[in-house]
Amino acid sequence: MTLEEARKILEAEVIVGGDLLGMEIKMACGSDLMSDVLSFVKSDSLLLTGLTNPQVVRTAEVADLAAICFVRGKKPDQLTIEIAESRNIPLLTTPLPMFESCGRLWVHGLPGCSEYEKKH
Amino acid sequence: MIPDNKISKIQELIYEISIGEVMKTNLVTVTAQTPMSKLREILREKRISGTPVVEGDRLMGIISIEDFIKWLANREPDCPISEKMSKDVQTLYADEPLTQAVNKFEKFGFGRFPVLDHESKRLVGLITKGTIVEGLLKKLEIDHIEVEEVYRHRIKHFFDDILADKVSLFFQYDVVGQNFKRAGEGASRLKSSLRRLGLDPQIVRRVAIATYEAEMNLIIYTEGGKIRVRVEPHEIVVRVEDSGPGIPDIEKAMQPGYSTAPEWVRELGFGAGMGLNNIQRCATRMGLHSVVGKGTTLKIHISTEHGVKRETDGIDSQAESGR
Repeated sequence: MTLEEARKILEAEVIVGGDLLGMEIKMACGSDLMSDVLSFVKSDSLLLTGLTNPQVVRTAEVADLAAICFVRGKKPDQLTIEIAESRNIPLLTTPLPMFESCGRLWVHGLPGCSEYEKKH
Repeated sequence: MIPDNKISKIQELIYEISIGEVMKTNLVTVTAQTPMSKLREILREKRISGTPVVEGDRLMGIISIEDFIKWLANREPDCPISEKMSKDVQTLYADEPLTQAVNKFEKFGFGRFPVLDHESKRLVGLITKGTIVEGLLKKLEIDHIEVEEVYRHRIKHFFDDILADKVSLFFQYDVVGQNFKRAGEGASRLKSSLRRLGLDPQIVRRVAIATYEAEMNLIIYTEGGKIRVRVEPHEIVVRVEDSGPGIPDIEKAMQPGYSTAPEWVRELGFGAGMGLNNIQRCATRMGLHSVVGKGTTLKIHISTEHGVKRETDGIDSQAESGR
């Protein structure tokens, strides 16, 4: 699905990268542990996380993730936004908690990283 | 001003490109029997100023807006186009070079030339000054893209062109300990550089992830250190060095989930005891050497050759107790 479709499903607000909403999201993962993200998340994934520090964006950049959505209405600081903007990584924020965010996307057919691997 | 090499490039192209490559092929034609009174409508509707007159795919003549105006001005009665068209038509062949067309435009001053197939003499297209310009621009654009690809290809095979017994590119990134604002900058800069070298994106990703984890370790546990990266034809080696405090028990440090990180590090999403395991997963080979009180050296080898499987089992580690 596109990032815009995911945004609608999550009732999310765009923090930065509104011009990139047409990008294709292949799968998603929800994690607050960046080392886990680095070890199992595949390229072109949407990351759902409760963390808002610059390391989240760095993680996305290093691991070729497509976009980040912060859960439970969290918003990152200016530095985090600036890094995301310079690296073309869209940031969204949803009022939904982590479990519900993941659940909604999954119900709408967006696979998790381990499922995606099995399918492809 | 147009640089000289651009001019010569176009000059080259008009000899290189054939008329058939640039000519218009979806033609508007009229038959010899079409009445002159219908011509205005055809020219206006198709936004053209002249058109070949055909019978089947055989060229009979050519009729232009000038012929039409002349006919109007003379207030002549309506008649078939065949009576007013130019019958002695100058034509070009599709397999002739573009320069032939340029010469004819100059010589005759006509707005268009029908293009015939050399063998069958059938009408296959039409060439105007506009189609020539369009064709040249398209060709220049394609050439530009090709040049870029060649450039990228060259950078990829940069190593092949260097005659030496050993070739390597070297980058260094200095990491300041405890500076979380800049954490990951080294890995990020390294990643951009490797991408620019045209390396495989999956390999770049593995190098970047391993380097990022190592950089986080430097920031979390040490006063800082250096990340030295050596890019060789078949391998990328990331060497991460610090001057303390050292790892007392490497075997334990390698266990997934084992961590000595304080709570504030965990709040950043790190320090869960997965760093070294992640590095090992990304590496083809990894070496860890540490002396308590002296420092740690981590060597990450990542093969850039295709088809090389990760060796997840081999790690040569060495820990020495502090003195």
